[in-house]
Amino acid sequence: MIYEHSRTGRRATAQTNPEMDKLSDIPDALLRKRPAGLPEVSEMQAVRHYTRLSQKNFSIDTHFYPLGSCTMKYNPRACNSLASLPGFLSRHPLAPDTHSQGFMACMYDLQEILKHVTGMHDVSLSPAAGAQGEFAGVAMIRAYHDARGDTARSEILVPDAAHGTNPASAVMCGYKAREIPTGRDGDIDLDALKQALGPQTAGIMLTNPSTVGVFERRIKEIAGLVHEAGGLLYYDGANLNAILGKVRPGDMGFDVIHMNLHKTFSTPHGGGGPGAGPVGVSQRLAPYLPVPMVDYDGTDYIWLTEKERPESIGRLSAFAGNAGVLLRAYVYARLLGREGMHRVAEFSSLNANYLLKRLMEVGFDAAYPERRASHEFILTLKKQAKELGVNTMDFAKRMLDYGVHAPTTYFPLLVPECLLVEPTETEAKEDLDSFVEIMQTIKQEAETQPDLVKQAPHTMPVRRLDDVRAARELDLAWKSDS
Amino acid sequence: MPFIPHTEDDIQEMLAVIGVDSIDTLFDEIPDELRCDELKAIPAGMPEMEVSRLMQARAREDGQPLCFLGAGAYDHHIPAAVWQLTTRGEFYTAYTPYQAEASQGTLQLLYEYQSMMTALTGMDVSNASLYDGASALAEAVLMAVRANRKSKSGRILMPRTLHPLYRRVTHSIVRNQGIELVEVGYDGKTGQVDTSVLEQYAGEDFAALVIPQPNFFGVLENVDELTEWAHANGMLAIAVVNPLAMSILKPAGEWGEDGADICCGEGQPMGAPLASGGPYFGFLCCREKLVRQMPGRIIGKTVDLDGKPGYALTLQAREQHIRRSKATSNICTNQGLMVTAATIHMAIMGGEGLQHMAAACHGNTERLSQALCSLPQVESVFEGPVFHERVLKLPLSAKDALKALAAHNVQGGFDLSDDYPELDSAILVCATELRGEEDIEQYRSKLERVIAAQVQTPCQLKPDW
Repeated sequence: MIYEHSRTGRRATAQTNPEMDKLSDIPDALLRKRPAGLPEVSEMQAVRHYTRLSQKNFSIDTHFYPLGSCTMKYNPRACNSLASLPGFLSRHPLAPDTHSQGFMACMYDLQEILKHVTGMHDVSLSPAAGAQGEFAGVAMIRAYHDARGDTARSEILVPDAAHGTNPASAVMCGYKAREIPTGRDGDIDLDALKQALGPQTAGIMLTNPSTVGVFERRIKEIAGLVHEAGGLLYYDGANLNAILGKVRPGDMGFDVIHMNLHKTFSTPHGGGGPGAGPVGVSQRLAPYLPVPMVDYDGTDYIWLTEKERPESIGRLSAFAGNAGVLLRAYVYARLLGREGMHRVAEFSSLNANYLLKRLMEVGFDAAYPERRASHEFILTLKKQAKELGVNTMDFAKRMLDYGVHAPTTYFPLLVPECLLVEPTETEAKEDLDSFVEIMQTIKQEAETQPDLVKQAPHTMPVRRLDDVRAARELDLAWKSDS
Repeated sequence: MPFIPHTEDDIQEMLAVIGVDSIDTLFDEIPDELRCDELKAIPAGMPEMEVSRLMQARAREDGQPLCFLGAGAYDHHIPAAVWQLTTRGEFYTAYTPYQAEASQGTLQLLYEYQSMMTALTGMDVSNASLYDGASALAEAVLMAVRANRKSKSGRILMPRTLHPLYRRVTHSIVRNQGIELVEVGYDGKTGQVDTSVLEQYAGEDFAALVIPQPNFFGVLENVDELTEWAHANGMLAIAVVNPLAMSILKPAGEWGEDGADICCGEGQPMGAPLASGGPYFGFLCCREKLVRQMPGRIIGKTVDLDGKPGYALTLQAREQHIRRSKATSNICTNQGLMVTAATIHMAIMGGEGLQHMAAACHGNTERLSQALCSLPQVESVFEGPVFHERVLKLPLSAKDALKALAAHNVQGGFDLSDDYPELDSAILVCATELRGEEDIEQYRSKLERVIAAQVQTPCQLKPDW
């Protein structure tokens, strides 16, 4: 804890002037009586402390990180360096257009690239993350219905396997979320969908390939049914990596989509963000896109704001979203180009299908063995849990001991004892082979010495944590007497 | 192939294991008519060297003007160590700490962040961040409507002294849930919330009053009085504060008798570069009794099987991945890396370091204001005390003045005429600790020339025919 290095009167003195400016013109009643209780440490103590903390993390740069649905691929360093050039870092968000043409050119180009790669009519870059993109998308669906006076539509349909953000976003836009079951083959249950559709349907939110790791084959039929009922189709871009440059959501019949640039366009996950969740729309939803957007008038790049786009659902952050993340994604898109984007889908699918096949060969069960994997796949450890008493969480924790970040566990909820594995295209064959060996070893351990697995991890900075205590005896901030 | 490690042999071996003859076969479940063409409209890939050249040219194009713009984003010194540590791969390329044992670095750092934010704001608890200040206010409003069970109206009092963009963002985010934002005017003399307007709403049903400190004009509000008024009228008090200002100003948790109930704001002044408006981070703190209404990640300290202290995501039953449509918000990914920078920034600066920085901003802004007000017909508009921004009235249109200054490579401030037409030709100026006397003199002399050029009386001689 940084506070443990703190001593009264110790300061990182290189950072400030020794003399403090006067505050005498501010009324005393508005002033703070004593400095905030922040740590008092030297610069070196801070550097050493945070360097050591960083070493307690698994990360893409240090470990294989096959966290399903999160696309933990290599984050090229050039993206960070080039987005951090002084001209970009020092640009004030409200700087006049004359001091912004370079930045705006990058944003305009990125809008165009994302439009073409998704097959949408228009793109706005401003949503700050996937969930905000979802909010924007559903808000646009609502704005569209409202503008037509079609106000009786009250429901958004979501598959039972959807990310939790889908129903939560629908509710934030004032809709009810209604779940549609997934069929045994991993595709959506079409009969249930038909029954759910009606004059109350505002739209449906789908991920394709879906969260169970397979491509929804009847997407055209679904699009037809939803449109016939007067609803719109929302594409959750969480799994865009699987089809980048191969299939476009716009061609599948989606009206509105969001992309997760921190997944598909390899901007860093940063220990939980910042992300970026641009939205793309078909022509009929274009007027409602969130502002600001960038346009080009033939000579200059210009901002489109509430003034130029009065039907917009509005602004979702004070300025232009996570601009620095967008710059990183732009650099990535230029490094890859169209051929590179094509290869993202090809090699992420090759890696996933190879890894699935190898794991099945050594005795693991696929949740959907008859289906082609997309860029990720689901294993179910139902058998191991039943026969050996070693569950998915135990496997996940033991993987940490072998230097692999665990895949996503217990999501989607409909597959029991599941592991959602996404190796991504940037992993080499030998790393996938090594993962298979680790899984095989853990399986043997589970058979011969199950406690070793059930007690795992053994080599991390801490052993399994008491989550119940964390929630019951809330300790959310350091206090000087604790 | 950029970033793809496969050799031709690897590919063939892998295809053989899968039992297909080509990579293309892996896409055979996708109907043929959906497959797209080569996407010619997307440019071909470029080597890093060429992309570097392109980006350098574009970054240069934007120049590095002398910045006196604030209005919600501030040009501060950031200790070199902050971003050198933050971009370590172990922070930069990790994700949300779902596997706690393998993420103790991020988790402990977030716990330290929560500790520092509560110390700075005087509140009980903090979450682990939201997207930005404006969207954090929208979440605070939603939270207040849920938490204030006595209020049924879903109405919120929103002063016009609050950042206009924050008001717009809040409107976009909450409007589909039947929440109404009611504006409260300001006192033309002081630049503070007009308490006589506020008094008209006394006794009415509102879930909360929003209190900015400092407000958008840079002016300090009488926060004790406003907080008391809100509580006396059954409303929650939502503080919207600048975290750097909190180092010298009375913390939100101490406003009035009982303190503000929720405190949110823009974290950018804590270690985030201007960078065109993002990524920054929104912070959200509250009283402990409201913690279950909070949106976003929260980290708790606990113990492991051996009783050793450790950190974990907690109160997850509020969140979308557990609660789905019943969650407090849809937020998932937040602004983790920016919080990493902010935590290191606050640790290095310390409470006193931040006070020095804040006081220097205050001093420089006062010096700037005096220098500019020494020019003919330039005057300060409001009498209320300020933190590090001030509204100045110019003898020519704000748009023309700022445009002319920009041509001199000076970003002279924010044009208030669109959002506050009644203020006419007024601009909002800011001088952070980075804008010293030489910079201020440059601004003064350039504004002097701009004024002289534009208000020069036109030639009186008329041709006489």
